[in-house]
Amino acid sequence: MIETIPFLSIITFLPLFGAACLLLVVRGTEAEVANNSRWVALWTSGVTFVLSLFVWIGFDPSTADFQFVEKVDWLPSYGIGYHMGIDGISLFFVILSTFLTPLCVLASWEAIKTRVREYMIAFLVLETMMVGMFCALDYVLFYVFFEGVLIPMFLIIGVWGGARRVYATFKFFLYTLLGSVLMLVALLVMYLHAGTTDIPTLMVTAFPEEWQIWLFLALMASFAVKVPMWPVHTWLPDAHVEAPTAGSVILAGVLLKMGAYGFLRFSVPMLPLATADMTGVIFALSVIAVIYTSLVALAQEDMKKLIAYSSVAHMGFVTAGIFAMTQQAVEGALYQMLSHGVVSGALFLCVGVVYDRLHTREIARYGGLANTMPRYALVFMLFMMASVGLPGTGGFVGEFLIMLGVFQVSPWTALLIATGVILGAVYMLYLYWRVIYGKLEKPDLKGLLDLSPREVAVFAPLVLVVLWMGIYPSTFLGPMHATVTNLIDGYQTALAAADGLSVAAR
Amino acid sequence: MYVATIFLPLLGALVVGFFGRRLGDTASQWITSGAMGLSALLAVALFWEVAILGQAQTIDLLAFISSGDLAVSWALKVDTLSAVMLLTVSWVSFLVHVYSIGYMHHDPSIPRFMAYLSLFTFFMYMLVTASNLIQLFFGWEGVGLASYLLIGFWYERKSANEAAIKAFVVNRVGDFGFLLGIFAVFLLFGTVNLEAIFAAAPDHAETTVNLFGVEWHALTIICVLLFIGAMGKSAQLGLHTWLPDAMEGPTPVSALIHAATMVTAGVFMVARMSPLYEWAPTALMLVTLVGAATAIFAATVGCVQNDIKRVIAYSTCSQLGYMFFALGVGAYQAAIFHLMTHAFFKALLFLGAGSVIHAMSDEQDMRHMGGIWKNIKLTYALMWIGSLALAGVPFFAGFYSKDMILEVAWAAGSPAGTLAFVLGISAAFLTAFYTWRMLFMTFHGKPRANEHVMAHVHESPAVMTVPLGALALGAVFSGMVAYDAFVGDGHTGFWRDSIAYNVQAGAEAGGRTDDHGAATDSHGAADAQGDAHAAGDHGAAADAHGAGVLERAHHTPILIKILPLIVTAGGILLAFLFYVLRPSWPVALAARFPAVYRFLLHKWYFDELYAAVFVRPAHALGRILWRGGDQAIIDGFGPDGVAAVTRWVAVQMRRFQTGYVYHYAFLMILGLAAFVSWRLAVA
Repeated sequence: MIETIPFLSIITFLPLFGAACLLLVVRGTEAEVANNSRWVALWTSGVTFVLSLFVWIGFDPSTADFQFVEKVDWLPSYGIGYHMGIDGISLFFVILSTFLTPLCVLASWEAIKTRVREYMIAFLVLETMMVGMFCALDYVLFYVFFEGVLIPMFLIIGVWGGARRVYATFKFFLYTLLGSVLMLVALLVMYLHAGTTDIPTLMVTAFPEEWQIWLFLALMASFAVKVPMWPVHTWLPDAHVEAPTAGSVILAGVLLKMGAYGFLRFSVPMLPLATADMTGVIFALSVIAVIYTSLVALAQEDMKKLIAYSSVAHMGFVTAGIFAMTQQAVEGALYQMLSHGVVSGALFLCVGVVYDRLHTREIARYGGLANTMPRYALVFMLFMMASVGLPGTGGFVGEFLIMLGVFQVSPWTALLIATGVILGAVYMLYLYWRVIYGKLEKPDLKGLLDLSPREVAVFAPLVLVVLWMGIYPSTFLGPMHATVTNLIDGYQTALAAADGLSVAAR
Repeated sequence: MYVATIFLPLLGALVVGFFGRRLGDTASQWITSGAMGLSALLAVALFWEVAILGQAQTIDLLAFISSGDLAVSWALKVDTLSAVMLLTVSWVSFLVHVYSIGYMHHDPSIPRFMAYLSLFTFFMYMLVTASNLIQLFFGWEGVGLASYLLIGFWYERKSANEAAIKAFVVNRVGDFGFLLGIFAVFLLFGTVNLEAIFAAAPDHAETTVNLFGVEWHALTIICVLLFIGAMGKSAQLGLHTWLPDAMEGPTPVSALIHAATMVTAGVFMVARMSPLYEWAPTALMLVTLVGAATAIFAATVGCVQNDIKRVIAYSTCSQLGYMFFALGVGAYQAAIFHLMTHAFFKALLFLGAGSVIHAMSDEQDMRHMGGIWKNIKLTYALMWIGSLALAGVPFFAGFYSKDMILEVAWAAGSPAGTLAFVLGISAAFLTAFYTWRMLFMTFHGKPRANEHVMAHVHESPAVMTVPLGALALGAVFSGMVAYDAFVGDGHTGFWRDSIAYNVQAGAEAGGRTDDHGAATDSHGAADAQGDAHAAGDHGAAADAHGAGVLERAHHTPILIKILPLIVTAGGILLAFLFYVLRPSWPVALAARFPAVYRFLLHKWYFDELYAAVFVRPAHALGRILWRGGDQAIIDGFGPDGVAAVTRWVAVQMRRFQTGYVYHYAFLMILGLAAFVSWRLAVA
């Protein structure tokens, strides 16, 4: 029976339905509207999360095929369909999106005071776009969701953001625009070659070798910006700094994973030869990302900027892992994305907690918070340690598997990105010292209250997930195995076939 | 029962960590100390079953990471080696827990302190019972975390924070090597489970592997990388700088973590991996040299320090050097023996120093002490016991273990071993000197503290002195009692197959004397021939060959055996001369050789060097990359540049839109003229 229910469409469009309700149904005074909007958004995203858990429960980890597949003709004469489905790669990104959204709603409960209804609508639309993007199995559908994600994000930063929000959205827009245009061109070329935009079909289509590199570069222009890879990362710190807390959480937690997901869904399976050619370049960019941005993070004076730069470094691990193309590295990359989604989201929430109280993110304005906020200090410590990859937290498993896998392919790359393990500890501990430890001297810090019950409710699930991911990673690694094995097998087969061809040609 | 032994401290830590404020200080102390005491009792039972009765086993708890060929579980590996470590760690930790009740009684955050101590103990347990390298790394990083938290326990102090971060980061540098070592192990063996690695090690005796563009002897590069991890954790020369600074933590922490247990994790790790090291003589030589260099380096610096805790810290560093060169010559058992005795007498010295500091109203500078032995006679006596054990005076614990190490270094017969012996003897002289310098400066002479402090000098309460007494028992008897089983005739029956027996070096001495400069001493060589692969089964192999470096060490010349005693006596006499009879002499000596004195006082300028080479450039580079790289270049030519160009073009274009009809008319005529001339030219 479970096969007949269109689960993926339900969890994709339920938030949109909630948004429509907010727009059409909620009425009353401003305060009533604000309060009702919060509750509607919380319930909608909460129910969506619970429904998404059924997808996880119903997921069969033994097969690499797409599951929960829904296929409806959309533009049949052009071979474009409404095709949804998930595999071991996308499953947890769906869960991650539905998991973080209710927490974001809860975290914005008191922080957002103006245009609450519009804010909640933006978040619910954002959720629809994110989930749809990870479920889409048609390139056109994917493209719609992929670009659609940006619209609510622009609005969230541009309307509810900080002082330089217009500059930040402009920069964000400029970077993504160029990538999107090139990605669209790639879409057209692939469509003209294959005659369909169906992703599973495209995955088994062999694109001519001389096209592959160009298609790869066009796709990379879009994905690299999203990851973000060095040197197209500079939009991220600005966007994070200006975004409201919950916006940062989604930005770091889910949006950054779209690029890496794109590499895994399109570049690697569809363009294996170009992938093999570009591995060295990606490794080099990843190494630069890790070392360069770690050093830059060390110099930051703004908490959010520091964590934003650390995100770039962590995503450098991910890109290296994806292109190493060993079982451990790819699974590690997926795992790192999940744990980074939770951990960096949690770190931005940690910043949000003190920002709500003092309205500044400048590190120098803090110090000695351990005295007045012991619970906060504990939570922050846990996520900081997860961020530096302490074993026992989710951060370790991903980093370790990536480095282990990359080492088998390129010891030099593993050696260089492993320096991130040292540098990561430096900037995070330095941050923690300046904010939490030290003497409590500044008068306005003395009255700060520790975490409220609402804030505890936001952090508790995150804490549990981070520890769970660190102690019993099998829960999350298990469903990935079959899909990743399939991905790597396909890649190796394609390379071997091309090798055979070139030998035969000679 | 084994599981309870390991997890009781974690339980205590969690309960007190989360509910400590509600439970109150006394309940927190009782819960953590009680859980720890129970764990220590269980550890005795465990030691009996595992080490004495020989029931080694591995207990699987839970699946951990599995990805492709990599499959590891959470599992407890209890054999003789881990049982020895568990016994030592649990008892020292329990005694430190009890001592802390007294020492920390005026501190405002007692529950937090007790929770950290218990948490540390749990991580240390996980480290010593790991059955695979990833779990070992879990414990390894966990003790690092606990160390960071406890060094920075008084988090309001700037120096404590700096020391805590330094400890974590320097350890991370070591971990960097450790991690690469694990990756290389996986590359070579396809597994990270210890049993499987050890079983496969002999097959890879000749394997080479290409890493970082160089063709390496596989096991050598693996062992060197792992050793870098051990250097970080065990504060060996080059990565030692964090240990003296770690004395910023409360004294019980220094005793437990930075003397008795955590800093010995590196020694334990090398001993644990000894079946690999046995096949990597070059790596062993490196271990020997680094250990010997650390032993002498730290001893020289210890001679000029004025902070009582720093003297003991450098002493720890130096003693760890001894353990490493024992490992390096293949006498893993002797290293663990010294690890165990050292845990007792060094914890005793630290806690004794804590008792002195407590009595002196938190004064740590020995220049402000002196003449207090009459006021705190019990502490004074206990400090004497610790010092005698450290210096290796006969029949105290250090005598058995340290002399054993010096003898094996001699018996190894290799150039590195001989060098280690010479440096070790020199360090033994310095050890005796700085130890008695400390005793004399602290307890004898005229009181140099002010009257207010002197009026307050008092003996510590029983809750502190009783643990001291218990440690003193260990410092006196542990060497005597354990000698036979650890390094004497009974050692193969005791260790069984938990440690390698240096048969490889023996076999090499017989078979390939030219190779790698391993053992060349003729004592062991005679009957050490045969198939080197027999080393896979270490116990049997050792029985068959009977020629490990330990056996040879029992046959060293009498002069070698008594030389340590002679230099120790010399060191004590020199300290007596300098600090009791002629206190003006050391001052004059320092004035006479100011460069040498400054060099030692500044700890060979390691901190200054690292600050100049790593710390300041990293910060500066970060700022340059941010302002220059991100903001000026990437943004400048990227989005900001594009925006600026667009704006500039727009401004230029606007100039044409003047609104005057004659401007537009003029342009139209200009255009018409250009068009006509172009047509004419084409035609």
